[in-house]
Amino acid sequence: MKVLVPVKRVIDYNVKVRVKADGSGVDLANVKMSMNPFDEIAVEEAIRLREAGHATEIVAVSIGVRQAQETLRTALAMGADRAILIEAAATVETDIEPLAVAKLLAKVVADEAPGLVLMGKQAIDNDMNATGQMLSALLGWAQATYASKLEIEDGAAVVTREVDGGLQTIRVKTPAVVTVDLRLNEPRYASLPNIMKAKKKPLDVKTPADYGVDVSPRLSIRTVTEPPVRQAGVKVGSVDELVEKLRNEAGVI
Amino acid sequence: MAVLLIAEMSGSDLAADATAKALTAAKAMGGDVHILVAGEGCAGAAEAAAKLDGAARVLCADARAFAHSLAEPIADLVVSLAGAYEHIVAPATVQGKNVCPRIAALLDVMVITDISEVKGPDTFVRPIYAGNAFQEVTSADAKKVVTVRTSTFEVAGAQAAAPVEAVAAPADTGLSSWVEDTVAASDRPELTSAKVIVSGGRAIGSKENFAIIEKVADKLGAAIGASRAAVDSGYAPNDWQVGQTGKVVAPDLYIAIGISGAIQHLAGMKDSKVIVAINKDEEAPIFQVADYGLVADLFDAVPELEEKLG
Ligand SMILES: Cc1cc2nc3c(=O)[nH]c(=O)nc-3n(C[C@H](O)[C@H](O)[C@H](O)COP(=O)(O)OP(=O)(O)OC[C@H]3O[C@@H](n4cnc5c(N)ncnc54)[C@H](O)[C@@H]3O)c2cc1C
Ligand SMILES: Nc1ncnc2c1ncn2[C@@H]1O[C@H](COP(=O)(O)O)[C@@H](O)[C@H]1O
Repeated sequence: MKVLVPVKRVIDYNVKVRVKADGSGVDLANVKMSMNPFDEIAVEEAIRLREAGHATEIVAVSIGVRQAQETLRTALAMGADRAILIEAAATVETDIEPLAVAKLLAKVVADEAPGLVLMGKQAIDNDMNATGQMLSALLGWAQATYASKLEIEDGAAVVTREVDGGLQTIRVKTPAVVTVDLRLNEPRYASLPNIMKAKKKPLDVKTPADYGVDVSPRLSIRTVTEPPVRQAGVKVGSVDELVEKLRNEAGVI
Repeated sequence: MAVLLIAEMSGSDLAADATAKALTAAKAMGGDVHILVAGEGCAGAAEAAAKLDGAARVLCADARAFAHSLAEPIADLVVSLAGAYEHIVAPATVQGKNVCPRIAALLDVMVITDISEVKGPDTFVRPIYAGNAFQEVTSADAKKVVTVRTSTFEVAGAQAAAPVEAVAAPADTGLSSWVEDTVAASDRPELTSAKVIVSGGRAIGSKENFAIIEKVADKLGAAIGASRAAVDSGYAPNDWQVGQTGKVVAPDLYIAIGISGAIQHLAGMKDSKVIVAINKDEEAPIFQVADYGLVADLFDAVPELEEKLG
């Protein structure tokens, strides 16, 4: 079975985000960009499926600016076999909405016929948490979101999901879309030889027009603002002082 | 046009807190609010929903396919009802986040997730970048499919029961099936509705050591939270995780113990009214948001705190 892994290039999770003074968005000029952390987990899981003999080929796909090639090279260095870049944005400020991403991915699925799409549950930039569910809907497939465990059966996948009350296990018919959560695995680092090898792996470049998909946004962003800064309070010298303050000053106990 | 609110379910019961908070947001969007209760044997839940203030009508879809809130049958159900509604709303719980994007895609509209404010019928505010920025967005779509960050909306009150009517379920496509739930029973308050939360981080060191957090929580009638590091290390179950990718909470009092205060953790708790941090590193970022900080070894301070709470 072929596994498709969509990977998004996002601001590195360690970077302190700053809102631009004109309120048009977040400052992305000269900041470190990386693969969305959840997508690393998805790539890792795909590689483990191949190591276990379930996956035959791993195709990584990214949609965005040309520089998303770097993210795809990272996926290739981790172990993906080939990559597709859909160049859909001219500047990093343009974030392609989950609906448009899902439409493009649905076209890629039509071309590639994977048995599984493994993707992140959420992109840490827009925090949408939507693309996997949308893709699954467009394909008329089953979805298994927030996976912390994945087992492949004949014609099905058994997925343990992190839900509000604990864990839920479901069985989904394959092909299916599975979105991954933090505890599914710990992604490997790419070794230097693999980084070198990745440079020679195939990377196709396409555009939304090649797929006949309109990526214009449905949501217009009016303003982006910073949340009010929370003032640091006081340091207390002892547990007694803490209890006293909580009781008499804050009145919360 | 009206608003369809998808009720949060806990098995066949109504999860009233999350539903009532999302209802407050739904009411601000304009139009009558109808609450959809989908489950198996959910007549009681429908009656409970009918008594939430602002519900004009409750639609009850009682079928086996809805028993475990699987996304595919619920999405098909909502799409079959969508014609009459301009807004489709759910709390931004795992259930809501799972199903709403699916509904939106089937309707060919963009979903608007995790809103913290309703500015108008088509304009909403939502956090991005782990709550380090907020974007105000206007939707150009004819229907708005929205999930609501419950920690920022008040619970809707009570009313005389609105009418309940049954709605038919579309045929189940059987794409997914439920296998099992692993849910730890607890008498503690729920994280997302608790007034007080005591949270432990990596520094707690083991599952057994979490007992010291539990003792403090017992004294305060509090819910227990955890950082991702504590959950990843197996000290705490996944449903205790607070943060960007865990639960978002805003209690009156949040006590962070042995938690450094990474932005992904702050994303889930920095709207708490009073924050207390206990950490042995005085430089820990958690102190930048704490109203009261105690620089101390938790293994000394926490048992003492428990004792002094009386
Ligand atoms: C995509 C992504 C999503 C994430 N989502 C979340 C999320 O939802 N929630 C979340 O919490 N994290 C999340 N994280 C992880 C986050 O970045 C941090 O790694 C995590 O919050 C750290 O947990 P911690 O504070 O318990 O551990 P650490 O950062 O290791 O901090 C432990 C703290 O304990 C203190 N300490 C040690 N010993 C003692 C002692 N004896 N007494 C008192 N204090 C002591 C130390 O000084 C330190 O400050 C996410 C990360 C990524 C990449
Ligand atoms: N532009 C993109 N390119 C590739 N994958 C994407 C893109 N946007 C979203 N995804 C995938 O969808 C997941 C969820 O993203 P989101 O719905 O935006 O939170 C991500 O973890 C990726 O796997």
